[in-house]
Amino acid sequence: MMKRILFFLGDPANTGRLKKLLYITLAVIVASDFIVHREHAVFIWDKIPGWSAIYGFISCVLLIFVSKFIGHIWLMKDEDYYD
Amino acid sequence: MIEWFHPGILFIFGAILIPFFKGKARQIYIILIPALAIFAVASMSDGQYWSFTLLGREIILGKVDKLSICFAYVFTIMAFIGMVYALHIEKIGEHIAAYLYVGSSLGVVFAGDYFTIFIFWEIMAFASAYLVFARGEKKSIDAGFRYLMIHIAGGLFLLGGIILHYMDTGSLLFGPIEKDGSLAFYLILIGFILNAAVPPLNAWLPDAYPEATVTGAVFMSAYTTKTAIYVLIRAFPDTELLVWMGTFMALYGVFYATLQDNMRRLLAYHIISQVGYMVAGVGLGTHLALNGSVSHAFTHIIYKGLLFMGAGSVVYMTGKQRLSELGGLHKTMPITMVLYVIAGLSISAFPLFSGFVSKSMIVAAANHDHRAIISLLLVLVSAGTFLSTTLKIPYYAFYGKDSGIKAKEPPINMLIGMGIAAFLCIAIGIFPGPLYSILPYPVDFEPYTGDHVTGSLGILMFTALGFFLFLKKLKPEPYMTIDTDWFYRKGTGIFMRIAKGPIVIYENFVSNLSNTAVLNPLYVLADICHKIDKHIVDGAVNGIANLILYIGGIVRKAQTGLLPHYAAGIVLGILIIITVYTMIM
Repeated sequence: MMKRILFFLGDPANTGRLKKLLYITLAVIVASDFIVHREHAVFIWDKIPGWSAIYGFISCVLLIFVSKFIGHIWLMKDEDYYD
Repeated sequence: MIEWFHPGILFIFGAILIPFFKGKARQIYIILIPALAIFAVASMSDGQYWSFTLLGREIILGKVDKLSICFAYVFTIMAFIGMVYALHIEKIGEHIAAYLYVGSSLGVVFAGDYFTIFIFWEIMAFASAYLVFARGEKKSIDAGFRYLMIHIAGGLFLLGGIILHYMDTGSLLFGPIEKDGSLAFYLILIGFILNAAVPPLNAWLPDAYPEATVTGAVFMSAYTTKTAIYVLIRAFPDTELLVWMGTFMALYGVFYATLQDNMRRLLAYHIISQVGYMVAGVGLGTHLALNGSVSHAFTHIIYKGLLFMGAGSVVYMTGKQRLSELGGLHKTMPITMVLYVIAGLSISAFPLFSGFVSKSMIVAAANHDHRAIISLLLVLVSAGTFLSTTLKIPYYAFYGKDSGIKAKEPPINMLIGMGIAAFLCIAIGIFPGPLYSILPYPVDFEPYTGDHVTGSLGILMFTALGFFLFLKKLKPEPYMTIDTDWFYRKGTGIFMRIAKGPIVIYENFVSNLSNTAVLNPLYVLADICHKIDKHIVDGAVNGIANLILYIGGIVRKAQTGLLPHYAAGIVLGILIIITVYTMIM
């Protein structure tokens, strides 16, 4: 069973279906964020439904681009740099 | 009935007996000791044990309270898991080092005074360095030496701080340190945060951990940094500096992790990142925050151990740890992959996995304190954690471009070790109650609220969206990154080159000075001495010698060798004696 799921995920033929599954999941998460109670909210943005989705996406993109940019201009060196 | 038994001593003395067992007996023995240690922790109660006076100072080996028990639980449980994972290792050196390492970590956890802490602190450094050396490759031995040097330096900072602290307060008892900004305060803090790998004192960790043995790295991921968190909780709670250091550290770790190609180095940077949460929690210092740091240390040890076990299995079976050389392993190592992903979901604080119930406490504590920036940054970091650990490694090692590597699942004991850890990750995630009950302060916190669950899922799944949209950007590149170890690996060389200029000039000046101002007068003096020697001393000696020769010549002439001459001499002598005698009388 487990093996079949893993193979299903790895089969390029299923890419389309997996994409759809991801989008549906994302939609469900955002939708449910509209209906939950927010009595614990401390900051103003915690009260905005869907905030976490926006912030999560921004965080991910920021991390990828900022770290790769600094990495390429400065931090990444050849493997034998210290030898 | 023994009142209390030190589980650390169990490991340290247990290590001595390892060489006496062989084969199956040894395998049973090395997992029996951790099992006994878990039992010892489970049966202990608060109090002070094993204290005595040495040279007029009170030494306390067993200071037991909820905080030390909680750390001791996870240390002994992880020792058990790690030993099961390492069961197939034949080289007893690694087992002995691991035992000493675990034992000395427990020694720090139960220490009631600075002297005891320092001793165990040093044993930890040497025992763990052995786990790096034991891999035996040149890279490992170099990294091991750097690791050892850094930790010896850190130990010296700590020792200096302890001595100053003792001179200030007259006490070696371990407890909260007065925040007076004294040198002692900062030296002890530096000693502690070096082991917690707080930047810029962090580079030893990603330098050494990927070079350690497969099983050694599993142990290392658990003890050094978390022992540091333990002592920080004891000595530096509610220190504003640590809030910012911890948050920066959490960011620093994920930032560097994004750039890594070496799987175990990527995971090492995520240790820095996760320990950053704990350091920030210590800095916040509220009961909720400290509970958060302790519980996060607890869950972290288990899921991070599992991550290193999973990555270690891949290293063990394929001999490779670079993501750019791996790929397609889901076909041949599916069990390893599933177990690894469970750890990945735990570190990412996915609902129903262990990180969710611990990490959220620290973020909640930041919220309670109305620290907007800290809260936002810590959430950003959790996105980065999911990105590298749970998406990037599984994607590029187990899927992605098929590397065609013919691998198999690791030996059964490695899978069992990982299985136990995975079970705990899920069990704690679903039933956080038992964990919450052993935390140092009463817990008034419910992780599973609606907005917390949807909020976390939103952050994580939209990170996943970003990952798949920018998949090409994240492709592992076969490079390494420079960190603050640059200063002692490359910087020292440059320092030498810069220093050589002034040093050579100085050296020339000194030798010129000595040639002209010192050597020349010395030559003159020597010449005078030579002349005195030759003409006066030698003259006198020669003169005396010549005189003696001359007298000797005269005396020699008297020695004719003819009996009548000698007889005449004797007669003459007798006559003289008689004459003198009669004249006197």
